[in-house]
Amino acid sequence: MLDYNKYLRQQKFPLIWCAGCGDGIVLKSMLRAIDKIGLSKDEICMVSGIGCSSRLTGYVDFNTLHTTHGRAIAFATGVKMAKPEMHVIVVTGDGDATAIGGNHYIHAARRNIDISVILFNNNIYGMTGGQVSPTTPIGSRASTAPFGNPENSFNISGLAEAAGASFVARGTVHDALILDKYIEKAIRKKGFSVVEVMTPCPTAYGRRNRIGDGVAMIKDLKEHSVSVRKASKMSEEELNDKVVTGILVDRERPEYTDNYNKLIERVKGSNS
Amino acid sequence: MKQKNDQFEVKVITGNEACAEGALAAGLRFFAGYPITPSSEIAEILSMRLPAVGGKFIQMEDEIGAMGAVIGASLVGSKAMTATSGPGFSLKQENLGYAAMAEVPCVVVNVMRGGPSTGLPTLPSQSDLMQARWGTHGDHPIIALCPHGVRETYDLTIRAFNLSEKYRVPVILLLDEIIGHVNEKVIFDKKEKFELWQRETPDVPPENYLPYKFTESDVPPMVSFGKGYRFHVTGLVHDETGFPTNNSEQIIKFLQRLNRKIDRYADDIIQVHEDSEEGAKIGLFAFGSTARSAKNAVNLAREKGVKINFIRPTVLWPFPQKHVARLADQCDCIIVPEMNLGQMAHEVEWASAGKTEVIKVNRIDGEPIRPSEILDAIMERV
Ligand code: SF4
Repeated sequence: MLDYNKYLRQQKFPLIWCAGCGDGIVLKSMLRAIDKIGLSKDEICMVSGIGCSSRLTGYVDFNTLHTTHGRAIAFATGVKMAKPEMHVIVVTGDGDATAIGGNHYIHAARRNIDISVILFNNNIYGMTGGQVSPTTPIGSRASTAPFGNPENSFNISGLAEAAGASFVARGTVHDALILDKYIEKAIRKKGFSVVEVMTPCPTAYGRRNRIGDGVAMIKDLKEHSVSVRKASKMSEEELNDKVVTGILVDRERPEYTDNYNKLIERVKGSNS
Repeated sequence: MKQKNDQFEVKVITGNEACAEGALAAGLRFFAGYPITPSSEIAEILSMRLPAVGGKFIQMEDEIGAMGAVIGASLVGSKAMTATSGPGFSLKQENLGYAAMAEVPCVVVNVMRGGPSTGLPTLPSQSDLMQARWGTHGDHPIIALCPHGVRETYDLTIRAFNLSEKYRVPVILLLDEIIGHVNEKVIFDKKEKFELWQRETPDVPPENYLPYKFTESDVPPMVSFGKGYRFHVTGLVHDETGFPTNNSEQIIKFLQRLNRKIDRYADDIIQVHEDSEEGAKIGLFAFGSTARSAKNAVNLAREKGVKINFIRPTVLWPFPQKHVARLADQCDCIIVPEMNLGQMAHEVEWASAGKTEVIKVNRIDGEPIRPSEILDAIMERV
């Protein structure tokens, strides 16, 4: 079994995450994927924004960059461009990446820059106390949606696909071992990749919406998730309250830092 | 336009061009920007020039992202810059504060135009002076430079990089629409060598490295990501290790050092051009493009036999308090012309501590202050 401690800054424990929070499951899954690929700790730059999941960068022994709210992908873009040999992994949440940081998210996907985004989707702003997020389902309760959320929610994987990402997968903390594979594939993929992980926030979402504690929420996740294959045979109505999991996109597209390096070679060539 | 011989190169270029060239001479290797008048030429030139030196240019999706990308690039060791103007400068503030907090060297150019809001996009102004100092929230260190001509833009751009590397601080270069767009003859001495400063790197192995160590100099040594020193960078208040802290003693220690590191070196950072006359009772304080009119007004006044003490700072932040205090001791008044409603006059008043009268000469209509307007203010005091 993998010795997780090899990758952790144990002196920074205990974690700030609540009991029953799904974020720790994703953390372990990420570490298994990184270990499987065999990346050295020095060649990884892990960048995060603001929120519960974004605190992850404080606990892992890589080059870690905890940025401003929504801007992780923008900082990561600078890191990756200036040092393309670095493996740049972004840790972010639904509010961080698709509300305040939505612009960076779609444009990084459009450029198809070689950054892997692990997007913790818990359908809520956990750290600030349970405010409604772009992925809070319509009708659900949040501290700023006391009568039920009147807004439609985002399909954030679909957004990454439409914007041009090379690889998009959606998994849940219920199926953590499958998640390992998605994360591994995302990191290996040359291009912009997103793994949207459905993860429970019992404290700020589960309680208010009467789903229950972390365990109950994970069970609930299991009941509501269907594979892409199954989903393709289901009607839109049947899919209404479902989470479609699996590899949603895996395609070859020109990658941005590669393109830029070719441009440099071309310019240098024509100058000499 | 170019003329060449073996030793000198004569060029007619704009301030924006000089800024881009100065940045390259300083070792710029990463630029992220967003189109905005009147700074866009800086991005355009660098999109053309950077690839040839192996550098990277990116037009980001917005100003906020551009500032973020600049910080990311600096953390992996590239000299990095962005350029913008008023509304864009407002958007930079969030991550400018991050750069100040995390002590990430970078240069931010603001080619000032009339504000507030969208204001006067194609007309000059000097109304972002206070924003340059206090635009981002919280007590933070900052350096802001302000050239009055094209050649000086080149030199101060190099200096901006040097200061940012030396003190691990974002440095703001305040041009204005006049300086950005005016064409001037600039003579480059090809043999001239510029001293280039690099951030101090640690002399300890990774296991002993403290990224925010309290050192005698107050500026902790900095190593780039990817060099075997794995550390944490955050915008949260942190201790020497770089990790967040809520410990009162640590918070005070850190925030005091962060601000002290510029305060204590103010004398080394500040540069003021002084043109004084024995016995002059009229003081004049001008900077940026307004200093050009001020120089002209000084010459006209001297032709009339009026004595003037003229000071022209090229560093606005930290504020040249001692120079102004001296001027206040010598003179009965200090005239402060500026293209705003009196932002620097306010600082001059504070620095002169009631010892002299501060006279404002202001324009806010996007027109430069003319020499005659400054001369009138001078002659009223004769
Ligand atoms: S508030 Fe929610 S997301 Fe945040 S740590 Fe607690 S359970 Fe996890």
